[in-house]
Amino acid sequence: MASDAEVIGTNRHEPSYLDYKGKHSGIKGWLLSTDHKRIGILYMIGILTFFFVGVFLGFLMRLELIAPGETIVSAETYNQLFTLHGVIMIFLFIIPGIPAIFGNFFLPILIGAKDVAFPRLNLFSWYLYLTGGTLALLSIVLPGGPADTGWTFYIPYSVRTGTNVILPLSAAFVLGFSSLLTGLNFITTVHRLRAPGMTWFKMPLSVWSFYATAWVQVLATPIIAITLMLVAIERLLHIGIFDPALGGDPVLYQHLFWIYSHPAVYIMIIPAMGIVSEIIPVFTHRTIFGYKFIAFSSIAIALFGSLVWAHHMFTAGMSDAGQFIFSLLTMIVAIPSAIKVFNWVATLYKGSIDLAAPMLYVLAFIFLFSIGGLTGVMQGVISINIQFHDTAFIVGHFHYVMFGGTGFAMFAAFHYWMPKMFGRMYNRKLAKIAFWFVFIGFNFLYFPMLVMGWLGMPRRYYDYLPQFHPYHLISTIGSWILITGLIIMFYNLFKALRSGPVVTEKNMWGGETLEWQIDTPPIHENFTEIPVIEERPYMYKDNDPPVEKEETV
Amino acid sequence: MSGGASNFVESVDSVFLLSIIISVFFLVLITVMMIYFVIKYSRKRNPKAVNVHSNMMLEVTWTIIPMILVLILFWYGWVGYKEMADIPEDAMTVEVTAQMWQWQFKYETGKVADSLFVPVNKAVKLALTSNDVNHAFFVPAFRIKKDIFPGRDRAVWFIANDIEVYDIFCAEYCGLNHSAMLAKVVVMSAADFEIWLNAGNDIKPDYKAELNDNDKAETELFESENQN
Ligand code: HEM
Ligand SMILES: [Cu+2]
Ligand SMILES: [Cu+2]
Repeated sequence: MASDAEVIGTNRHEPSYLDYKGKHSGIKGWLLSTDHKRIGILYMIGILTFFFVGVFLGFLMRLELIAPGETIVSAETYNQLFTLHGVIMIFLFIIPGIPAIFGNFFLPILIGAKDVAFPRLNLFSWYLYLTGGTLALLSIVLPGGPADTGWTFYIPYSVRTGTNVILPLSAAFVLGFSSLLTGLNFITTVHRLRAPGMTWFKMPLSVWSFYATAWVQVLATPIIAITLMLVAIERLLHIGIFDPALGGDPVLYQHLFWIYSHPAVYIMIIPAMGIVSEIIPVFTHRTIFGYKFIAFSSIAIALFGSLVWAHHMFTAGMSDAGQFIFSLLTMIVAIPSAIKVFNWVATLYKGSIDLAAPMLYVLAFIFLFSIGGLTGVMQGVISINIQFHDTAFIVGHFHYVMFGGTGFAMFAAFHYWMPKMFGRMYNRKLAKIAFWFVFIGFNFLYFPMLVMGWLGMPRRYYDYLPQFHPYHLISTIGSWILITGLIIMFYNLFKALRSGPVVTEKNMWGGETLEWQIDTPPIHENFTEIPVIEERPYMYKDNDPPVEKEETV
Repeated sequence: MSGGASNFVESVDSVFLLSIIISVFFLVLITVMMIYFVIKYSRKRNPKAVNVHSNMMLEVTWTIIPMILVLILFWYGWVGYKEMADIPEDAMTVEVTAQMWQWQFKYETGKVADSLFVPVNKAVKLALTSNDVNHAFFVPAFRIKKDIFPGRDRAVWFIANDIEVYDIFCAEYCGLNHSAMLAKVVVMSAADFEIWLNAGNDIKPDYKAELNDNDKAETELFESENQN
């Protein structure tokens, strides 16, 4: 543990970033701070708030679906609920999610930098995030009510409906810029600010994943921004772009939408994979298996992932050549993810495994993400995609990937890094209890959706035929178990912030990346002295038997 | 029963079964390995870990095998899809019009109905159009689905194998009563269909007599929903 912590150890005379007094103090010291760590926490507050709102909306939807017919809300309200739920979860929770909170907080630390390359731009992105979030929520109180188009805003319906479509569109537009600027910042930071000696292959794997994600953010986001602007223009000025009644092309809209939104799936999942690659070596206390394969598969996913958008449109019609190529590429893009999963599992081999809360969430991630990935492969098979498309199967699938994958990775990250960020420890036993509620509830909530989807239950249905009732009932009960778990989990974390035992230990888990060599909580500019990196991360040298030669790549 | 409700069921379901077998195999493999390692190499049992950095053979194996499997799946999916895409020339055509939030079926004779009546064992082509926004024509029992856009001609086809009644759903979100945009496919013997087709527009067919009570209640449920 922490064998070379002294190398760049700091004396505890400098105040932590939490106590640091800069130009401003009090609340202003936060709202105007350009410290990447404080900005990370600002994001955390925003993102968690929206997550709770989104979960509440999900809870209401599930309650409505507990039995056929009207239960608690009208059809119109239900349609607005799933749209708002989708918009919040996608644009305000899962896309910014890990990069904005943990990327901001830890990326500079992990590469031995004092901050990101453009700290002010970083703060500006947070204000854009806040603006976008406000725009999205504003529609609730305005006449017309929140949009009822689904988060995909498919034309022509999104041009026809009387609800407030422009607001979520501009929200997504502004949020796109926030995400793009964060990406730009991360790319520059990784290129320019790595500590001396930190070559590309000495970077921690989460840095690789933030880097790959940042490229997707920068390259794909402008397309969605322009597309959504065009929809707004079409609605306001009645210029025919996508609406056939005005001479436009609705399928063009779907192409443009998915050219961004499929890569966005990778913006969501790649950082989660980075977190998993970070946590597994620590809690197995051994080196990661297949470092280079994991690193390159992130890049491969980012590259291939940009070429498969039209698999969302197999039933929308394309030339046969199009169907062929998009199906083929979709199947192939599964391979780098599979490689990662196998390497993670192989890292458990001969480890010394500590099943602490972060590790539990990571193992759950592997299980749930495997289900998400395998159901994804099933959808890539065109003839069965026809059956699955726009059914509950898809809803189950993407919750397994986004929530079971990225969501669980985020929960893992909270339990892993929170003691470092705040110098407080949560109740470890309660954390595990919460985990089991969340994990079991999750599967009760979403597995029935996979089954009823195959049986023909369409998605975005306010009401359903009686043959689907048992599945819906189980699913709704699952949502209660899951939400109970979430309440216990966040109660535990928030309680720790206020009154948890204080942690001053630099390296509470025995990690070998740079954040474990600096103070807990970190000082204002992270390092008193910029470290010089000599080795790859996750070497765990003290594990190697002294004589035996290790296998290398 | 002859290989499912429509001519596509057998091939779609066999690919589905194959994909389930492959998926379950990998899921079980991954899960069992994880649980086994977690128990065998727990910190209590194995306080000192051993570093294993990488193994080229393993990496190649777990790249190649999944690659081959997904390519096989891809190929069967493609073959199944081609079958759906190639509509036979001699198929009987029914014009299907979708609009918020109902279906209309028009026959070559000019007859119009709000359910889809078809003869058994005969290729039927549905010419799909929409009067307003996007919809999708979905008959899960037949394994067919097609998105419908205003101003575009789309088509699906099938051969029904059994004399039965099946659900039709709208599968592309289309606004307020999307979930009530339902109808039925009623498969009849060739003779019955002929009688029905020639019986003129105004006579509502008494197909409900064929249904058992359960189905009947269901049919009435969605019909009453359709009216608003
Ligand atoms: C307790 C937690 C949650 C519950 C109970 C829940 C439930 C639901 C339900 C019932 C739907 C509607 C399905 C349909 O269209 O038929 C839905 C849609 C959706 N959910 Fe969730 N969900 C939860 C968490 C999440 C999370 C964490 C995410 C993102 C990471 C997410 C993303 C989405 C998206 C994108 C949609 C699609 C919205 C649309 O169709 O436009 N959900 N969810
Ligand atoms: Cu996609
Ligand atoms: Cu519809």
